[in-house]
Amino acid sequence: MPSVASKQYSDDVSLLVLLLDTNPLFWSNTSITFSQFLSHVLAFLNAVLGLNQLNQVVVIATGYSSCDYIYDSSLTSNHGNFESRGTGMPPLFASLLKKLEDFVTKDEELSREEGHEDRTPSCLLSGSLSMALCYIQRVFRSGHIHPQPRILCLQGSPDGPEQYVAVMNSIFSAQRLMVPIDSCYIGVQNSAFLQQASYITGGVHHTPKQLDGLFQYLTTIFATDLHSRGFVQLPKPIGVDFRASCFCHKKTIDMGYICSVCLSIFCEHHKKCSTCGSVFGQSKLDEASSVSDKKRKAPHT
Amino acid sequence: MSNQRKRLTGEREDEDDEDAEGIGEWERAYVDDRSWEELQEDESGLLRPIDNSAIYHAQYRRRLRMLSAAAAGTRIQKGLIRYLYIVIDFSRAAAEMDFRPSRIAVMAKHIEAFIREFFDQNPLSQIGLVSIKNGVAHTLTDLGGSPETHIKALMGKLEALGDSSLQNALELVNEHLSQVPSYGHREVLILYSALCTCDPGDIMETIQKCKKSKLRCSVIGLSAEMFICKHLCQETGGLYSVAVDEVHLKDLLLEHAPPPPAIAEFAIANLIKMGFPQRAAEGSMAICSCHKEVKIGAGYMCPRCKARVCDLPTECTICGLTLVSSPHLARSYHHLFPIAPFDEVPAFSSLNDSRRTLGKSCFGCQQSLIGTGNKPGPCVTCRKCKHYFCLDCDIYIHESLHNCPGCESIHRPKSVSLMEE
Repeated sequence: MPSVASKQYSDDVSLLVLLLDTNPLFWSNTSITFSQFLSHVLAFLNAVLGLNQLNQVVVIATGYSSCDYIYDSSLTSNHGNFESRGTGMPPLFASLLKKLEDFVTKDEELSREEGHEDRTPSCLLSGSLSMALCYIQRVFRSGHIHPQPRILCLQGSPDGPEQYVAVMNSIFSAQRLMVPIDSCYIGVQNSAFLQQASYITGGVHHTPKQLDGLFQYLTTIFATDLHSRGFVQLPKPIGVDFRASCFCHKKTIDMGYICSVCLSIFCEHHKKCSTCGSVFGQSKLDEASSVSDKKRKAPHT
Repeated sequence: MSNQRKRLTGEREDEDDEDAEGIGEWERAYVDDRSWEELQEDESGLLRPIDNSAIYHAQYRRRLRMLSAAAAGTRIQKGLIRYLYIVIDFSRAAAEMDFRPSRIAVMAKHIEAFIREFFDQNPLSQIGLVSIKNGVAHTLTDLGGSPETHIKALMGKLEALGDSSLQNALELVNEHLSQVPSYGHREVLILYSALCTCDPGDIMETIQKCKKSKLRCSVIGLSAEMFICKHLCQETGGLYSVAVDEVHLKDLLLEHAPPPPAIAEFAIANLIKMGFPQRAAEGSMAICSCHKEVKIGAGYMCPRCKARVCDLPTECTICGLTLVSSPHLARSYHHLFPIAPFDEVPAFSSLNDSRRTLGKSCFGCQQSLIGTGNKPGPCVTCRKCKHYFCLDCDIYIHESLHNCPGCESIHRPKSVSLMEE
């Protein structure tokens, strides 16, 4: 679907959709506590809203068993009624904190219902990415004048391989809508999903080394709007590894065999495809066709 | 249209604001805007404007129902590796002006959009272009995977002359596609403007030859329905459609972008050897094999022969190995794992309990689903996760995103992992 030409109010109005990782399995052993992390994030959101009067912020929480909208700065019901919780937080964010607390409690209940057998440590990145893209699509539908949207993923949980197809679908859809996906990874191992997401959509990926300075990383790297990024030096993408892994051994391969029916990747020659069950023709046919390809190509170079 | 113009000229010869063509000032305003077509009559004969969004959604639902009826619960095999030739009729019929500004300009613009969409949805496939001019078929470009080459070749030669010959085009395409590997699906898409075909021999024989070589021919007509095109498409298992205006032409063209259902005997399943090159190190110097120039830094190295290539996907010019990266394969995965269509929830249905709790706003975009007068508006629901979505999210999810946000927001056990990066 082509994206609507964005004739925005002015060049630097942005809509930031923040995907916040609330996975309890990750937050139970980190160097920074969740409340310290939240104070960095809330200060960052305040900074983004302060950059331009028309900026909008939407927060979606990525939990272990569910995802939900936590905060939308364009809704007027956020202001007023809630009292400050006595922690020094401005009333603007009191509703965010309340909803976040409700979400985490509900998420914990849901994950307790599922049992403890197969506890993968990953969070539901594909779910929150899909919700963010639906919201951004709604903003595009609202007319010619709208802020420039972008997505920021604040995540620490490792990648869940079962989400690969869904995450790639979301990444390609974001690429077509021209929405960059920035990612700030605060976990231990490297996240291949987030690196690929930022590379393919033209966003920024960064892994901060010192988490007690998180606010500084967030404001200097991730707060700039899309127009100003042309003038600011942001971390460049270091070589993203796009090699595939074979389905049989899960090791990364340089050269492999692809089933022409279902596109499964194998590292060695098989008689039958284990994913779709198709029986393969002779390998001699493969050699013969590649030779004829070469012959056909020679006169054109 | 020209008769109308002559009549009006005769009537208004004394008018001051008439220009040389005989179109009055007031008429020019309606040349492109046929606003009278946007009105409809309801049962009592009163005029009412057409509600575009409801119609758009109804069309989309109808299309989805046809597709899912065809699939009928089983996973239909799709031809993912396609070798497609686009045959464009540049005979004198293509110079007609009934599509504004002319048939050629509209065809060229839509074919460019189609080529980009095609490579977006089928990154491992290849396209070639053939044109028919003066009764002879010429190859504009050979089979290749780079959209820019094709678009440049197409835009370079936009002129219409002579007759059109369907048989010559089919013979040429058949010859080219006979050299394609056996696991690929061979297809032809013909954009036909003429109302006749001047052939040197028996076209029925050519059609049988195409059928025997498993070539799937589809035709999009720009003028009127022709028997020979219909026969060709029926024999080879393709799709025949005739465009009524520019927008319809674009829709018909883009229908051919997603992979068609594959007939199992058409392509032999095979293991294709492919390479996954790594990005060359920053600052490394090499002579690239595609441009024959020295390049520094960005580029990829073929794992078999270590030649440098600039872009993926491509075939290594030195050793012939197909080079792809894993996102290119991932682009086709949504064809293999499609999501089920959502169920419609009729508007003004009673607010049952689940609707009351979940159905207040769309799960994807948080838009309110309560229509006018505090009654529930039209929406759809997913069979698996039971969440409610608005109509626009429904279209976006099924046409572009291919993920149900509700199903993705439920934790699934580890045993479902099919793919891994």
